[in-house]
Amino acid sequence: MSENKAQDFQQLALQLAGNQTSAPWLDALRFQGSEQWLEANWPNRRTELWKYTPLQALQRGGFSTWASAQKHTLDDNATLKLEAIRLVFVNGQFDAEASSGADAAVVRFSQASEQQQAIIAENLGKTVDTKRHLFASLSNAWAQDGVLVHVPKNTKLDLPVYVVHVSTPEAEAAIANTRVLVVVEEGAQAELIEHFISDNQMQNGFVNSLTEISVAANARFDHYRINLEEEHIIHVGGVHIQLQRDSQYHGFTLAEGSKLKRIDYQVTHLGQGAHANLNGVYLPRNEQLLDYHTNMEHVAAHCTTSEVFRGIIADNAKAVFNGRIHIHQDAQKTLAELSNKNLLTSDTAEIDTKPELEIYADDVKCAHGATVSQLDQTSMFYLQSRGLTKTQARTMLSFGFINELLQDLPQAAVREHLHEHLTKLFAKEYFVS
Amino acid sequence: MLDIRNLNARVEETEILRNLSLSIKPGEVHAIMGPNGAGKSTLGNVLSGRPGYEVTSGSVEFNGKDLLDMEIEERARAGLFLAFQYPVEIPGVSNMEFLKAAVDARRKHLDLPELSSFDFMKIARETSKRVSLDAAFLKRGVNEGFSGGEKKRNEIMQMMLLEPNLCILDETDSGLDIDALQVVAEGVNAMRDGKRSFIVVTHYQRLLDFIVPDHVHVLAAGRIVKSGGKELALELEAKGYGWLEDEVA
Repeated sequence: MSENKAQDFQQLALQLAGNQTSAPWLDALRFQGSEQWLEANWPNRRTELWKYTPLQALQRGGFSTWASAQKHTLDDNATLKLEAIRLVFVNGQFDAEASSGADAAVVRFSQASEQQQAIIAENLGKTVDTKRHLFASLSNAWAQDGVLVHVPKNTKLDLPVYVVHVSTPEAEAAIANTRVLVVVEEGAQAELIEHFISDNQMQNGFVNSLTEISVAANARFDHYRINLEEEHIIHVGGVHIQLQRDSQYHGFTLAEGSKLKRIDYQVTHLGQGAHANLNGVYLPRNEQLLDYHTNMEHVAAHCTTSEVFRGIIADNAKAVFNGRIHIHQDAQKTLAELSNKNLLTSDTAEIDTKPELEIYADDVKCAHGATVSQLDQTSMFYLQSRGLTKTQARTMLSFGFINELLQDLPQAAVREHLHEHLTKLFAKEYFVS
Repeated sequence: MLDIRNLNARVEETEILRNLSLSIKPGEVHAIMGPNGAGKSTLGNVLSGRPGYEVTSGSVEFNGKDLLDMEIEERARAGLFLAFQYPVEIPGVSNMEFLKAAVDARRKHLDLPELSSFDFMKIARETSKRVSLDAAFLKRGVNEGFSGGEKKRNEIMQMMLLEPNLCILDETDSGLDIDALQVVAEGVNAMRDGKRSFIVVTHYQRLLDFIVPDHVHVLAAGRIVKSGGKELALELEAKGYGWLEDEVA
């Protein structure tokens, strides 16, 4: 039964993808993506990459159309207070009115100059292994509009690029594709903040979101990806990063809030001396399912990875964390560390965590670890014995668990926004105590 | 202030307090001494409402209210304070944030306006000086990486900030050197104002040289077996607890 439905979704999505209009120079990628999407085996329980994350919600979604431009009803507090090059997309469609700021380095695909088109054609879809990342081929098949951030050699973008993706109710359940391509040239530097939100809990929708980042030698890229879409949104996201010699990637991601979110990070260290730093927080509650898969591919020698993920899982929610570090044969002198800690705040919360080390070089230093714990009752009592309510105490302890990752975020606007958002989130009454 | 009548309490299946009765008037300092396992710490835990400590019979009145009917935080807000024998380390939660939340809760209960962050910071800094804690501790995680003595001084600092009506010091002197002990004692003595009451639970007579009690009680096998004035503590120091157990038996 599920096989049939799966095929239905595959074919339906492809049909919808085929209906998208785009510039002819994207045709080759779209054709290739369509083929791969159609040929791909639909994931089931035996598919290792999707073992703990069933896609029934997607199959049952009844998606019959693609998302269209709608007005959203969010107030100013929903987005960051930040001076930035701001691009707002509503259901995948550009919202010129809500967007502001401009820089020659930032352009939408549909507005790209010939030179920029060449950069897009050269890089788009090139960092993604579509065999491993099924939904990337759908994104390719759908390639239409998107954001290009192209930072020329030895330059620095003065302002951060802030891309907001808002989901807002449609008459029918709809699919939105979002796409960002970042090309940072040698010695250059830039910062990107991706912010996903929805303005309605009851809305049904599927967001397929792909971000590709290519960081050239000696360049640095800072990246935030904040996923806050609410209850009925399904989000499948991929972030694919390639690092050249002595380049740096600093990433932070946080996700909470919907019935299914699956986010993949893949970082490939291609040049010696490259450094990746990736921190993440996931906070599923109610009946939500949140899945982070990260994969660090150490191809070159003398590279470093530092990765810390923390999860707080409440109510009947479930989280999946799979952190893979793959050290290739030539990647000698690699230093890689991965830590994943989880806090379960109810008896029915679930975490499936799996750190994976695959090492084919003999002179490397790698450490990985995962822990699962519950709210400490002695700490709860200590805080309550000083006059704090149970809710206050739980909020404080929850913050305490992830604060290490939040308090040092260099981007103050993100830090403050999340602090406010999470204070409200943690204070909500849990339905399982 | 506090009226404990025939209190029986247990932890899991073990009866710890048996028919304990104790009455404390405003301004009084009561020392509770006794051998290990007598139930000294249990008393503080039961009074503050610690989960796992079950009262099977008896009553406790606190300022005319049924204490046992109150939630943990309600007891704290109403002015009951327990200085922990083993204060908890809570990494990631800043001491300052925690203290402000606690003081806000207490002030709200007393119908006092909430302190601004600036005013609170000033008071917290002054108070930390009084217990010889570097103000830098305020920014760290709650008790995170504190030494034993620093943790105890942090308890006294919390007590000073919260200005409770009844303070229970649960072996606050254990593991303290003489200097730290004096800091703690000075803190307590400064708070003796004729209205505030104290229960000082201790193993050693030493603390009572610095905090002079009005009454001394000996707790053995879950009940008070002997009460007296401050001289009783000296007697215990000299003779140990053995003779009391004989006396009771």
